[in-house]
Order: sequence, then structure tokens, then C-alpha cells
Amino acid sequence: MKSIAITVNGSARSVEVEPRTLLVHFLRDQLGLTGTHIGCETSLCGACTVLLDGRAVKSCTVLAVQADGRSVTTIEGLAKGSELHAIQEAFWEEHGLQCGYCTPGMILCAHEVLAQSPTPSDEQIREGICGNLCRCTGYQHIVNAVRSASRKMAKPRRTAATAGVR
Amino acid sequence: MAKKNGKANGHAFVGQRFKRKEDPRLIQGISHYADDLRLPGLLHCVFVRSPHAHAKISSIGTDAAKAAPGVVAVFTGNDVKDIGCVPCAGSLPGLKIPNHYVLARDRVRYVGEPVAVIAAETLYQARDAADLVEVDYEPLPAIVDMEKALAKGSPYVHDEFKTNLAFTHVMNTGDVAAAFKKADVVVNQRLVNQRLAPVSMEPRGVVAQYLPGEKALTVWSSTQIPHLLKTQMAVMLGVPETSVRVITPEVGGGFGSKLNVYGEEGVVPWLAIRLGRPVKWSETRRENIAATIHGRDQINDVELALKKDGTLLGMRCHVLADLGAYHQLLTPIIATLTGLMAPGCYKLPAFEFVVKGVFTNKMSTDAYRGAGRPEATYLIERMADIAARELKMDPVAFRRKNFPSPKEFPFATAAGLQYDSGNYQGTLAKATQIAGYDKLRARQKAGWKQGKYYGIGVSTYVEICALGPSSAMPAGGWESGTVRIEPTGKVTALTGASPHGQGQETSFAQLIADMLGITPADVNVVHGDTAAVPYGIGTFGSRATAVGGTALYVATEKLQDKMKKIAAHLLGARPDAIVIGGGRLTVKGSKKSLSFGEVVGAAYSAKSLPEGVEPGLEATHFFEPRNFTFPFGAHIVCVEVDRDTGAISLDRYVAVDDCGNVINPLLVEGQIHGGIVQGIAQALYEEVIYNEDGQLSTGTLMDYALPKAAGLPEFELERTCTPTPVNPMGVKGVGEAGTIGCTPAVVNAVCDALAPLGIRHIDMPLKPEKVWRAMQGGSQIGATAVLAAAEKKAGKASSRRRA
Repeated sequence: MKSIAITVNGSARSVEVEPRTLLVHFLRDQLGLTGTHIGCETSLCGACTVLLDGRAVKSCTVLAVQADGRSVTTIEGLAKGSELHAIQEAFWEEHGLQCGYCTPGMILCAHEVLAQSPTPSDEQIREGICGNLCRCTGYQHIVNAVRSASRKMAKPRRTAATAGVR
Repeated sequence: MAKKNGKANGHAFVGQRFKRKEDPRLIQGISHYADDLRLPGLLHCVFVRSPHAHAKISSIGTDAAKAAPGVVAVFTGNDVKDIGCVPCAGSLPGLKIPNHYVLARDRVRYVGEPVAVIAAETLYQARDAADLVEVDYEPLPAIVDMEKALAKGSPYVHDEFKTNLAFTHVMNTGDVAAAFKKADVVVNQRLVNQRLAPVSMEPRGVVAQYLPGEKALTVWSSTQIPHLLKTQMAVMLGVPETSVRVITPEVGGGFGSKLNVYGEEGVVPWLAIRLGRPVKWSETRRENIAATIHGRDQINDVELALKKDGTLLGMRCHVLADLGAYHQLLTPIIATLTGLMAPGCYKLPAFEFVVKGVFTNKMSTDAYRGAGRPEATYLIERMADIAARELKMDPVAFRRKNFPSPKEFPFATAAGLQYDSGNYQGTLAKATQIAGYDKLRARQKAGWKQGKYYGIGVSTYVEICALGPSSAMPAGGWESGTVRIEPTGKVTALTGASPHGQGQETSFAQLIADMLGITPADVNVVHGDTAAVPYGIGTFGSRATAVGGTALYVATEKLQDKMKKIAAHLLGARPDAIVIGGGRLTVKGSKKSLSFGEVVGAAYSAKSLPEGVEPGLEATHFFEPRNFTFPFGAHIVCVEVDRDTGAISLDRYVAVDDCGNVINPLLVEGQIHGGIVQGIAQALYEEVIYNEDGQLSTGTLMDYALPKAAGLPEFELERTCTPTPVNPMGVKGVGEAGTIGCTPAVVNAVCDALAPLGIRHIDMPLKPEKVWRAMQGGSQIGATAVLAAAEKKAGKASSRRRA
């Protein structure tokens, strides 16, 4: 077993893990944060996307020990209390989800896309979310949601709320 | 919607793009799918699966696995003989049904077939131990190709049948021989409809807990059919059905793959009973692609008899359907649905459909989004294009020529169905108008001159939905709905349909809110718990709204009547003078009224009820549809095929669909978008491939190509509205329309683009390499000569592609 210290959704955790433990299993099984889903365990579907030091990673191909001393944001940590993040709001308003299984990963991937380019073109959005698979929506409403989130986040009111994510 | 409620309530919510009630829990990651459940003492189980397509099991050594850290138990096929076989609900005359054990006993018949199960304290320990199970296999010849499987001398998948033919099913209408005899033109084509994997983003998952004192077995399963599963599970396990409760937690997509009863759904609860601890199994993606049902996999030999003017005289359709090694729940009946819908939207005087179901050493095929109907639409819509080209007719004109007119509905088809309502001319006219069809043809011609292969593909589909009248369904086709107005005035709606992403928690709340004059926030739709919800059938076959929604609609009507009676009694008016709306029950034409809450209170306090009226406010209805519904539409796709690589880019996608009345247009759009992309996926990307040894070559998402966001056009959607008379809401269903309408449109577009090369048909998926090869002259019909002519006409040297 190995001791690691990780900040997850703003709270510092010191825990023992088996060295081979995947970050996604650590988050789900040891911390009970089951909003991060497992879709393929091969980093192809993106359902397990979380933010590691603010950058999107697929937590099925990161070891928990690799996150030692770093900060992780999962879908559970995105809203500020009862106030949804602009991307969450946009996914809701634009019907950017159906079964919801890809959604946490897709939202965090969208977070990365918007961090890289705050006013992306539709093509940039589509390229940007290419590592995340959705089987329900056909992506069009997801693209609409990311576009809409980009507009919301450009408004000053929302900037404060989103700054907390990093 | 029916006018009496609609007008009375002004449709406050029905017809609105209402955002979903489901979403807050999903976008915050605080909902629970099966794998998210945590129970005290939970054991994790892992299945050991066959690496061979076909082999005898000589021995299984489990000692090392049993001794591994954390392992609680290891069981093989011989240990679980008290679990019944995996059920098959299909019944056809002469159908051969092999024993389908939950764990293989002496023989394995497809890669991924489970042979042993490990239960351990942690998932990692269970996986470690699975590697220690030693299975000695004696490989046998694999039966992979369904045509060879029927040839003399082929080995058998199931020796006891002495054949690989599971069934032959024949349909016949009119004088087919005469139709072909008098035809001016006959066209034929062999069409391969490849094998697909449904790949819901959430793989399957089962969690079971048994309380021996209470004799209570609770099973959480990621299923589309909780009630049917409960019954089948009780039969498989030999326990009273009254002690089984099935709960569908959040279900992460199904697309038909969870409309089934799987061996794991027998083994996991059996383990929970046997070991006295709760047990969880979460399918991996690799297992999901190998051992969750597949879809499609038909070879269609189709022949059309035509008059010179394009009039269809007859069709012969001979189908081979690859069933895989065993029957899952509906395996044998999928291809028979193809027969029902093969005539498509056309008048067809003579029709012959023969399907042979074939056993092979592969995973079972079963219902995948569309389930038999995409195959039907693909074959008739491809043939329509091939025929039109043969006759030098425009494909739009050809279709118009053979449509029944809107006045001919209800329309009796060659396959013996009665299409409820339709206006095929209407959707096609709207689609061609939006697409600017004539301009597109002009653009195509101009493109040819520049050496560009631009294609326009049309598909007009009709699908069979709202499954269905019980007489035509294996396990009943009705649905249950219960509406209970609680004493506080909040409404609980219980539906036997079990949605899993479609959004009925919202659309059903919109419906009921309008009918009771309240808001959707006050209506809680409950589904997927057999202890809470009256027996139901489930969500599949685009039936949840048209059948399940109607059950709730009629149940709510019963409550409207009851509330009117109570209000009339209290207000001294006649019940038919009471109007419900805006949170009140009002005497028409007067100011006398009671609030909704006051009437609810009166029903529960029961101090002043009219004679013969029972206390409480709860009503149940089991809705039995008298017919299917038949949504339809027209899809037009524009593609460009790259000269040098064969890569296909989608330029435009226009879809005009008619699913009757619509409760929530936002959700309908979502269904169409998703359906279209699954249709594009079949046309261009996806294919489950078994090699000649029966090895699964496409067992991960690295090899099985799901569509991604890039490379898809912005879909241009429109609707027409032709309500169905089959249910009082006039709704038809829309869950599968996109997938059904899309695929032939895409393939038609590509073949249209490549027409100057003389290419008539390429089988799916249209991967660039395959298209490129066809463009190099691999096609059957004088490609070189036609290309040379086309390029000469365009003033280009033809040598570039022919070197």
C-alpha cells in the first residue's frame, strides 16, 4: 500500500492505496464519488474524464498514485453549492444529455475545450470533444450546449463561479 | 392531443420545449447507475469467458482461483445446474431452440461465452483470480459464415439438430410469379446488412441482495424490462415471483441491448442467495462488445418486378439471418419484423419473403435500435434507388409514383399490416423543398465537370412502432399506468414503461400536468421498480409514449371524471359542467369554483362524497393498443466522396419526420439526432467482425468505430404532423425513426455520387478503403468504361485513375 495526499473537489485527503489502483476506482470506490463513470477502461470513451490540476484527463488510465500531491475536480465538485456551473446549466437547457452516462465526462471535457478556447467555433467544439463518446444525442445538442456555455461564461457574473473549478 | 383536454387547458405544457426533470441529478453526477450502488458486505463477481469460438471443455481447474486472496467462491457450469436456461420468447413453427445454459457446461459456442464465475471481496481480487482459472479446451471447427453453415458437410453449432438452420419463415401475398412474368424490367441485388454492436455507454450491470428471513430477493439491473425480467428471473431461479423485486436504477442507454434476459441475470442473484451476501457484476466494455447481444447481420437477396413507367409490380426477398450460437429473448423474431416492413411506403401487389435463421459460432443477434425494421427500410430503399437508376428515373419521382395517396389510409400492405395514417408525399415534398433538391442536382452535375463526386441520397421510410397489439407480441403489448393524486395535491405517476434516457419523467409530467391543470413540477413519474409500479412491459419498439403514455392519459381521465363528480357535488352543479384548469375546478359560465387542493382534500377526508364515489384519488389503466402505429418520414443526405482516398464527407442532412402529435419537441429532436447518428454509424463506420476462426476482431472501442462529434453536419430537422387514430393522444413514437430513415439515405447518397463511375452498390460500412477500391474499378458494372465516358464528357483525361 502507498500513502498519497490528494485534494479532491477542494478537500485534502490522505489515503492508502494499492499502487495499481486506477484513479477512477479510487474516486468511486474509496471516496464514493460515483459521478465519474467507467465506460471502457481503455481511455477511448471519455466517460471517466476528470480535471487533474485543472486539465481534463481520463481517470481510467491514470493511477491514483500519479495524482499524489495534486488536485482533482470531479463532476460532483463543479457546481458551487446549489449554483450550477454554466456548462451544467447549458447542458440542461440545450438537452445536451439523454441517458446521462457520458455526461459528467462530457461536461468536464467541455470545461477543457472552453478553457483552451473561450469562444470556440462549432468545428473547434466538435474536434475538442472528439475523445468523448455519446451514444444518445448524436452530439448536436451537446455542441449547442458548449456554445451556449461559452456565451454564459463570457458574462462577468459567471466568471466568479467558474474560477473555483481550477 | 385530444381536443377536449387541449382546448380546456390551453396546452400549457404539452407541445413545449420543456427542459428535463431528470437532468439536475445527471448533470451533477449524483444519480445512481447499477455500478454506483454500495451495499454492506458487497461481493464483486467476474466471469471467466471462452477465448474460443467453438470448443469442447475437457476440464476446468478452479483450485488456484479458490485459494487466491479475497476469493469467496468459484463456480462453473456444473455447479449451477439448478439455474434454468436463458429464456427465448420467440415462437415460430419448427423453431429449433437449443439449451442455453447460464454458464457453459461441456461446450462453448462463441467467444465470450461464460464458463465460470468468481466472487471476491474486491473487484481487483476477483479479476486476479479469474486469471487463475484453468480451462482445458479442445477446439472445434468454427461455423462463422452463415451461407457456408447451410452447405452440406458443414459442422454443426448444435449437434443435436443435425443442421444449422434454426427456422424458415415464409410470407406470400399476390401472384409473385405472374408479377415477374409480366414485368418490363427486373432488378436484383444482394445486400449485406452487417453485424453491429449496440454499445450503450453504460455497459450492463447487475446487483443482487437476498434477505433469507424475509425471503426477499432484490435485484438491481440495468434493463429496459424490469417486470418481464422479474418473471423470468423467478422462473430461472425457481423462486416464487412474489419474493423477487427488480429495480432499474439509472440506466445508461439500451438501444435494445437491455431488452433481454441474460445469463448473468440468473447467476448474480443465485450467488447472492447461495453466498448470503450482496453481489455485484459490472460488465466491462470488452464483455459488452463480445457478450451483449448484437444487431442486424442479414444477407438480403432482393428482386423487384417493375413496369417501364416505374410502377412496382412485385418483390421477392430472400433473407439469411445470422442468429449467433443461441437464442436470446427475441433472437428468432427480429428478421420476421424485416418481412413485415419490407414493402416500405409502397403499393406492392405481389410480395414474397423467405427468411432462414442460421446458427453460427457468434454472439446472439437480437433487438438493436430498429430491430428488423432498419433492415427492411435499407433493402427497399436501396432497391428503390437501384430501380430508379435502371429506369433512368429520378429517385424522388420513382418513390412518388409508388406511394399510396393520403386518402388511401388506413392502408393495407402486402405484408398484411394496416398502416394507420400517413402522408408520404407531404414529408418528401417538405424534405426536397428544404434541401433545395433541384438545385442540389444542378450542383451535382456541375461537380462532375470538375471531377467532384457529389451525391444526393433520398430515403422515405415508414416504421412500425408503439409495439403493439398483444395478439402480435410475444409477452403482451399493453402497458400499465397509475396516477395517484396524493393528499397534498402532488401527483405520483407510475408507468410500466421503463425509460432509460428518453425523458418520459418530463414528457409524462407535462401531459398529466395539463390534464389536471397543475404544473409538471408537481408530477413525479416513477418507473422501474416492480414493488412500486403495477406490472408493465417496458420501453422498446418506440412504445413508451404511445402505449405507456396512453395508459397514463386514460388513468388521468378517470381521475378527471372523479374530481369533477366531487366538485360538482360540493358546488351543486352537474359533473359535465365542471372545467379543470389553472389549479381550479370551475362551474362553466359561473364564478363558482374550488381549488384543486380543496377537491383533493375532499376526496381524502371523505366527509362529503357523492353517492357511489370511493374515497381517495388513484386510478390505473392497462392500455391495449388495437394496432401498431406507423411513423414515417423522408431523409435527404448530401455527401462528397474524395477522389483520391474514397473518404466520405457529409455535406448536408435534411430530415422531415412525422411521428404524429408531439408532447415535447426538444426531446423528439434529441431522439432523431441520436437515431440519425446511429444510422450514419452503420452506413459508414461500424461493423462487428469475426475472423474465419470465429475470433472477435473488433472487441474494443479501438477497433469498433463509434461515431464521434467531428465530421457530422448540423442536422436540418422539420416535422409534419399526421396524428394516429390508434390512441387518443395521436402520438406515434419516435425512438427509432432516425436510425431507420438514415442508413439507406447515406448509402444511396454515396452510390449516387459514384454513379458516373458505374458503381451500383457497395456494402456497408462504406469505409474509405472499400469505397476507394470500388472507385479503382472493383465494381461490377463496367466502371472503367463509364468513368472514361464521364471524364471525357467533362473534358478530363481518364488516365489519372486508371494507370
